[in-house]
Amino acid sequence: MTVKNGIKKEVHLCHEHAIDAGIDLPEHQPISKLLAQVTVSHAKSRSRSEQRRCPECGFSFAEFRKSGTLGCPECFNTLEKPLTTLIERAQNGATHHTGKTPKRAGVSLDRQLIIQKLVKDLDCAVSAEQYERAATIRDQIHTLEIITPPDDRN
Amino acid sequence: MELNYHGPWTESDAPHSDVIMSCRARVARNIAGFPFVNKASERQLQEILNISRQVLLGGGISEGMFWIDLPQATARDRHLLVERHLISKHHAASNLRRGVAISGDEALSIMVNEEDHLRMQILAPGLRLSHVHRLIDEVDDAVEKSVDYAFSPRWGYLTACPTNVGTGIRFSVMMHLPALKITNEIDRVRRAAKDLHLAVRGYYGEGSESAGDFYQISNQITLGRTEDELRMELEEAILPRIIDYELKARKILIERSCSLLDDRTHRALGILRSARLLGTEEAMKLLSRVRLGVHLERLKNVDLEKVNRLFLQIQPAHLKLHIGREMDSDELRAARADIVRQTMNQG
Ligand SMILES: [Zn+2]
Ligand SMILES: [Zn+2]
Repeated sequence: MTVKNGIKKEVHLCHEHAIDAGIDLPEHQPISKLLAQVTVSHAKSRSRSEQRRCPECGFSFAEFRKSGTLGCPECFNTLEKPLTTLIERAQNGATHHTGKTPKRAGVSLDRQLIIQKLVKDLDCAVSAEQYERAATIRDQIHTLEIITPPDDRN
Repeated sequence: MELNYHGPWTESDAPHSDVIMSCRARVARNIAGFPFVNKASERQLQEILNISRQVLLGGGISEGMFWIDLPQATARDRHLLVERHLISKHHAASNLRRGVAISGDEALSIMVNEEDHLRMQILAPGLRLSHVHRLIDEVDDAVEKSVDYAFSPRWGYLTACPTNVGTGIRFSVMMHLPALKITNEIDRVRRAAKDLHLAVRGYYGEGSESAGDFYQISNQITLGRTEDELRMELEEAILPRIIDYELKARKILIERSCSLLDDRTHRALGILRSARLLGTEEAMKLLSRVRLGVHLERLKNVDLEKVNRLFLQIQPAHLKLHIGREMDSDELRAARADIVRQTMNQG
C-alpha cells in the first residue's frame, strides 16, 4: 500500500496483485506442509518413489512436489504409496471414499471389496493400537454398509 | 458479456441473512481419459473445452446457460466475474485455454480448465446448504449422463490436487461477523474452525483478509464421509454455534457498549452519505458497520437490500461497468463515493 496525496491507495483484489503482495494462498491445504511430513515418514523409500514415473503421463513424485498437482488419474496408482500417506494426513485419517458414485454404466464398483480391504485395515490398526485410526475406519465401514449399492439406485 | 451492474442475488429475507450473506456448494470433476489440466497439451485442453461446451450448453443442465471464453474476455470482465464469485482469481489470471458456463440466473457457474477440468458451483443467498447441495447434485448427474468422470472406488472422484479427492465437494458460507470482530472474539472462531478442519478465508479468498468483516468458512475434509455427512456437520453442528456466538456478541455490544456502537454505526453512515473519495477497503468497513446497525435496529430508514448490493457495486470492475469506461484508482475512489452517496441518501 502506498500513500499518494495523503490518501491511502486502495488494495487491489485481483490475483496477480495479490501474489505480488505475497498474500495469495491456494484453495486447498498447503501441499508443502503435508509433503514435509510425508518426506519424513517415507525417508527410506524416498529416492525410489521419487523417481518412479507414471506410465500414462510421465509424471513423478518429484514433479508433484514442485507443482502440488498430479499429472493424470493414473498417477493415483503409480504414486499410491506416498499419496496414501499424504491424503490420510490431509483428510484426518480417512483412507477410502464413502460418498457419491457415478451412476453411469461402465463404472463398476465392488463395494464388498472395499469393505473387505477396510476390515483388514481395521485389524491392522487395532493390533497396532492406533485407536483413533481404527475409529475412523470403523465409521467408513459403517457408512459403506448402509449405502445402497449403485446397481439398486435410480 | 451479459452480467448487469446490480447483481442477481442479495435477499435480505433469506434464512439467517443477518449473519450469513450467501452459501455455496462446489464439486471438482475431471473427464476420464485426459491428463489433468496442468499436464494437458493445448490440443487436449481445447478438446476438453469443446466437450464441456457441448455438454453444458446443449440443454438439460440449467435455464439460459451462456458461455464466456476467458482468453477473449477483457480484463475488466474477468474481474467482474471474480467480484461476482462466479470464477476464482486463479481462473481469471491463468493463461490457459479456459472458460466458464453460467446459468441465466447466475446461481450456477461451471469453470472449465481451472485446476480441474470442471469446477461446478451453486450459489444462493443466506444459509440454504441443502438447497445448493441438491441443485449441484442434479447438475452433476446431468453432466455425468454425457461425460465419463475420472473415478476410483477407493479414492472417489479423482482431482488434480490429491487433497480434494473423495467427494470432491466443498460447502462454504460467507459469514458477516462484525460483532465478533469488534469484541476480539474472532480469533477464537478461527482456532475452533482450524480444529474442526474448516478453512477460514476473506471475502475474495486469502488476500482480502476480513474485508468488511466477512469470513468464508468451508470444509477441508472431502474423503471418508458422504456429502450429506459433510453438509450436515456444517449446517447442523458448526454454523448454528457460530451464528449464535455472533448474535450473542451483538447483544453484548448493545447491553454494554451502546453509545460506542451507536457512535460507530452512525459515524459510518455519516461518512458514506457525505464522502467524496472512498477506497474499496474503507467502503466495505463502513458498509459492514451500517449493516450491523440496521440489523440491531440502531439505524433506522436504511434499506438493507441496497446496503447488501453496495458491497458488490463498489468493487472496481463493477464501478467500471457502471461508469462505462476504464478508470485509474483516483477516479475509482471518486466514482465509488458518488454511487455510495447517492444510494445512501435515497434512504
Ligand atoms: Zn499420470
Ligand atoms: Zn489444488
